[in-house]
Amino acid sequence: MILRALFQIGILLLLPPLLLGVVNRVKAIVAGRRGPPLLQGYYDLAKLLRKGSVYSRTTTWVFRAGPVVGLAAVATAGTMLPVAGQPAIFSFSGDFVLFAYLLALARFATALAALDTGSSFEGMGAAREVSFASMAEPALFLCLVVLARATGSLSLSGMLGPGLAPAWSGAAPALLLSAIALFVVALAENSRIPVDDPSTHLELTMIHEVMVLDHSGPDLAFILYGASIKFFLFGALFVRLVLDLRVQGIWGAEAAFVAGLVGFAVLVGLVESFMARLRLNRVPQMLVGASVLSVFALVLLLR
Amino acid sequence: MAPVIGALAIASVVLASSSGLPGLALWRRPVLGQRLSAGVLCLAAVLGIVAAVPVLAGAAPFVLHTPWGQPNASLALRLDPLSALFLVPVLLVPALGSIYGLAYFPQASLGARAVRLQLWYGLVTGSMALVLLSDNAMLFLFAWEVMAVCGFFLVLADPDRKDAQKAAWVYLVAAHAGTFAILAFFSIVGSARGTFDFAGWQHLGATGAKASWLWTLALVGFGLKAGLVPLHFWLPGAHAAAPSHVSALMSGVLLKTGVYGILRATGFFESPPASWGVALLVLGGASGVLGVALALAQHDLKRLLAYHSVENIGIITMGVGLAVLGRARGEPALVLLGFAGAALHVVNHALFKSLLFLGAGSVQHAAGTRDIERLGGLSRAMPFTAGLFLVGAAAISGLPPLNGFVSEWLVVMGSLRALDLPPGDRASFAVLVVPTLALVGALAAACFVKVQGTVFLGKPRTSEAAAAHESPRAMLVPMGVLAAACVAIGVLPAVFLPALARGAASWSGLPLSTLAAPAAAATASAGMVSGLAVLLLALVASLTFLRRRLGPGAAVGETWGCGYAYPTARMEYTGSSFAQILNQGFRWVLFPRVRFQPPRGPFPASARFSTEPREAVLDLTILPGIRGYGSAASRVRALLAGRVHFYALLVLATLVFLLAWRLLWW
Repeated sequence: MILRALFQIGILLLLPPLLLGVVNRVKAIVAGRRGPPLLQGYYDLAKLLRKGSVYSRTTTWVFRAGPVVGLAAVATAGTMLPVAGQPAIFSFSGDFVLFAYLLALARFATALAALDTGSSFEGMGAAREVSFASMAEPALFLCLVVLARATGSLSLSGMLGPGLAPAWSGAAPALLLSAIALFVVALAENSRIPVDDPSTHLELTMIHEVMVLDHSGPDLAFILYGASIKFFLFGALFVRLVLDLRVQGIWGAEAAFVAGLVGFAVLVGLVESFMARLRLNRVPQMLVGASVLSVFALVLLLR
Repeated sequence: MAPVIGALAIASVVLASSSGLPGLALWRRPVLGQRLSAGVLCLAAVLGIVAAVPVLAGAAPFVLHTPWGQPNASLALRLDPLSALFLVPVLLVPALGSIYGLAYFPQASLGARAVRLQLWYGLVTGSMALVLLSDNAMLFLFAWEVMAVCGFFLVLADPDRKDAQKAAWVYLVAAHAGTFAILAFFSIVGSARGTFDFAGWQHLGATGAKASWLWTLALVGFGLKAGLVPLHFWLPGAHAAAPSHVSALMSGVLLKTGVYGILRATGFFESPPASWGVALLVLGGASGVLGVALALAQHDLKRLLAYHSVENIGIITMGVGLAVLGRARGEPALVLLGFAGAALHVVNHALFKSLLFLGAGSVQHAAGTRDIERLGGLSRAMPFTAGLFLVGAAAISGLPPLNGFVSEWLVVMGSLRALDLPPGDRASFAVLVVPTLALVGALAAACFVKVQGTVFLGKPRTSEAAAAHESPRAMLVPMGVLAAACVAIGVLPAVFLPALARGAASWSGLPLSTLAAPAAAATASAGMVSGLAVLLLALVASLTFLRRRLGPGAAVGETWGCGYAYPTARMEYTGSSFAQILNQGFRWVLFPRVRFQPPRGPFPASARFSTEPREAVLDLTILPGIRGYGSAASRVRALLAGRVHFYALLVLATLVFLLAWRLLWW
């Protein structure tokens, strides 16, 4: 029991930077490059943690609190997500609301830190982040409501637990629609192509990366680490939704889960390789489309 | 126990109503007079809250019934858990506001204006408390009317300002239109029942069109006070024009008397139909989304906050709608969670909205403007105000670990209970409250990132903002108390659930034992929310500690401007630019007035662009309607200029018309 909990915390804290390495490696292979090592994320974090920071004269404590609050909120959210075949460390009725609002808290803190610099670039990034998030949020909640209806459970562990496999046989169309919507939300929330391009920095069309332009050293490490955990969380949601983890063997479920996550990262990498970034005014259409898909899913279940 | 509670409650009403008198009596010693006034109001609040707490903890409700000389009226008072839930914020917020007023609206420098304000301020507090305690329709209407008139004089605290005059008149007209609907509702029910005591109004039949029309009357009357869309038109102007501690009172608690009225009126009916619940859900959803959409477009800090009241009333109404739906379908979990979410949000909104209005008052006090585009960088000059405002901003955005999250979570949990209804029941679509709340919460967060960022962060945009100063302690302490209450409810929500369950039982008429099972489940989950809130705070603390030990140290520089070395405050992103994407999406409700002077020629001299949101209901519907009616009426009046032969012609025309009608159609 304790071993499993430790494993969950370990996988939550250690695995995330690897996933971004997988995404980058897939993009490199598709583009015909060799790409950075898979463990580049860890090297970056280690380097940044040893470096000093530069603070703008304009900033206040809000700027310094942003990365800390963002990381703490994302990590707290992670304790409610069932990792591998197990229920989450904390599980209760309605935990998914807290999960989503903790991610919102992280966003709130990061956006305020961006505005604290007084830079118009970072203002643009913050504006786009909160605007697109307000369109992604209903889609996320609709997906979770569909799961709640399909499995009859109100906690993340129950929604993504043993009740899900029978639900797939009964309500496959609805779950498939919401899985697609969830994937779109995951791309948007994690600032991946086609919503945002994480590999460039100084482009006026940037969203997340431009918000953190002024952060440096350990602050930037906190932000990058928090972003990778967030990517992991959405990946875990998606993997638990589409993969049946009732695998035999002592650590079978855990191995299948990790393999699923790597598969999710490969999928994201392929999407990033084969799609162009959307024009900014097309992003809301895509997110509203995801909400509409999940409303259809809900109607299928409630009719 | 009950007599003590009653004595405390009555003393509280009397003391609050007369709390402006010391300021008037000690006219020549303004500082002492104002302090005494504030002291009396605080004492009234303490007495009232001491009376309310045992009722919420399970003591028998206090009931008093004495005859009164007026027709149909009696001095009937009742303090049951439903009243008590509202009584606590209704007394707490004005008391803190009066302390704030010591520095914000000092009698020493403002003289008679401050004395008048304190008189109305105390009287409105007393009358709000009396509205909650009334157990007789006539007494209720009396208190309601006093409250409405006090509101008029409070908005008109600065009688020479044009915007205050207009806002106060619109408020007065709207308030009386509402009173008219309530009067009609009370008269119909009272004459049907033969008594005007609420005690005799239980178990009204709720079936049939007549009952629905009756309930609609109450909904319009109380909805006007609460500010439900589209009846919210009077609210932004009035709340923006009033002094800030008055805005805090009006937005924080005066609106809630409308919610109380909706709850009370719906409670009279025996098993209200599901359609009433659906109507409340739709109205609440519309108020929530449109309120925050309109708020996003505002530049005036207090108008923006006022529109957020519309949004929060929408959230509360959705909770009430769920509870009504639960009564219609006999689902105690729906009743409990919907009511608990609504009632807790009433308290929470009172706390964080008055915190935000007091913060806005401090900003106006320090920088002399409410226009957020002229502010910026205030957190350097006023760090405490900025920090406390941030707590309120996070709370109203529904972020954990603060109180706004808890009540929104309860409403979400309630609407998820709609999934338990039997398959095929259309009422299970009430679960759409969940994505609606998600949208409203995310938009509110976007709006408050805009406010906090534009007002307090970055660089000062004008010299007034640069010259701002921190507020005196009398203004900071009430804000601190409100912020602490926001954190306390957010971290320990389970403590408040038993009281909310008692309120739900007293409102719905269901026995407490039926509600016990869902209440226990909600309490268990709320305990987990507390645990995770503590985990979050602990993680923040330990990461802050860790962060201090990491890295060789910090250098200070200029904000990275992509190579541009001399950024100025004029290059900062403004609040309007920040909200532009979302405003674009909501332009179908905003009807902005755009003034655009584009740059012309190869060497353009000047170019301007400004947008100003308009109030769709007031500015585009009601006022043009009244103006059109006025001009049509004056045209008719021009005909009737005293020419007798014309009158004779009119009489003849009428006669011919009647004859023709008789011959052709009758």
